[in-house]
Amino acid sequence: MTESITVNINGTTYSHDVEPRLLLIHYLREVVGLTGPHIGCETSLCGACTVELNGKAVKSCAVFAIQCDGAKILTIEGMAANGKLHKIQEAFWNEHGLQCGFCTPGMIMTTKQILDRNPNPTDQEIRHGLEGNLCRCTGYQHIVNAVKAAAKVAGA
Amino acid sequence: MIPQQFEYSAPKTLDEALGLLAEGARPLAGGMSLIPMMKLRLANPEHLVDLGRIKDLSYIREQGTVIHVGATTTHHDVESSPLLRGKCPLLAETASYIGDVQVRNMGTIGGSVAHADPSADYPAALQALEAKIILRGAKSERTVTAEDFFVDTFTTALEPGEIVREVIVPVDGDGTGTSYQKVLQPASGFAIVGVAVRLRKSGDKISMARIGVTGLSNRAFRAKEAEKALEGRTGTPAEIQAVAALVAKGVDANSDLHASADYRLHLATVYAARALAAALGRIA
Repeated sequence: MTESITVNINGTTYSHDVEPRLLLIHYLREVVGLTGPHIGCETSLCGACTVELNGKAVKSCAVFAIQCDGAKILTIEGMAANGKLHKIQEAFWNEHGLQCGFCTPGMIMTTKQILDRNPNPTDQEIRHGLEGNLCRCTGYQHIVNAVKAAAKVAGA
Repeated sequence: MIPQQFEYSAPKTLDEALGLLAEGARPLAGGMSLIPMMKLRLANPEHLVDLGRIKDLSYIREQGTVIHVGATTTHHDVESSPLLRGKCPLLAETASYIGDVQVRNMGTIGGSVAHADPSADYPAALQALEAKIILRGAKSERTVTAEDFFVDTFTTALEPGEIVREVIVPVDGDGTGTSYQKVLQPASGFAIVGVAVRLRKSGDKISMARIGVTGLSNRAFRAKEAEKALEGRTGTPAEIQAVAALVAKGVDANSDLHASADYRLHLATVYAARALAAALGRIA
């Protein structure tokens, strides 16, 4: 039993028949072929699968693809434009905001949400905002620095 | 982790949804509790009714001395609502501590309340606010108090086929101060213990005290003995310590790998004292 959905992902419209039980993360990775959003914990805790759904950061392992019919989705693949990294990606690069890089796509998508809502967050607000994203390398200090650097670039 | 197969409906109207629920389908709101449970196959609904497409279920509206919050209003909408932040800050503050940004973007007040996790944050605030919860079935609607709604662990006053349609909280009166303080389980963000306090002062005396506690036992509850002990007092540090100790008195506390029963009882005392002091400090 499948149902048809139409979604806009990173500016491109896709239509697919999906089983209701298909999770958004599996839809993105296996059906659409976007493997930037990662599957870390599969228990909705680690945030590596974070994508933007209608302008809001969500854990795509805790949403069914069918719930997204008609939605606009942004994944890490949609952040860079015209061959140029997004300012948040630049900041993570410059500040060494990643070690193994596995959590990075989720960290960047959540950072976008933090800065969209609060262009000048304090350290505490950044840490509160990143509570849903785990870095198993425990490189949090550099990640917080990267978020601050991205905020600074945006404000300049 | 792939859930069991199920049928999916996304009706546009509440009546349509209630009709399907009356036939045995189960409601899906934000899915932040249900979908992880389905992935673990702890929940295996055969038919899910997505409430997310019903437009008139998500709202925050003031009417007289109360504020109506629609069932599918997200935690983010609650935490960022200027109306709630100004007139019922306890609910907004509590919402800001739920899970994480991503969970607050999807999770809903109706879903959280109906799920009745004994470690959820909202139930403490709803107890302290003496909130009313409107339950709607295919044929009728009824109103229950938060106190009557939370029956036991994952068990509420909801009957089969009913959903939480709305939560009603009071507008803070003059001289009111509130606070929610929690110890969180670092991975999930759930409350190991959470204490919500609502105090009102007349002159220098506390005329009303309401204390809601979550995470400590099988359900969120009001610490009535402690409330009574505080009313009529001024709220000196010694009084707060004595009252905080009453919050944990006689409670059959939960015990798990995150916190033993004794530790939880201790935390309840400490966090009750902090919430009481913070609430008192916020009285204008």
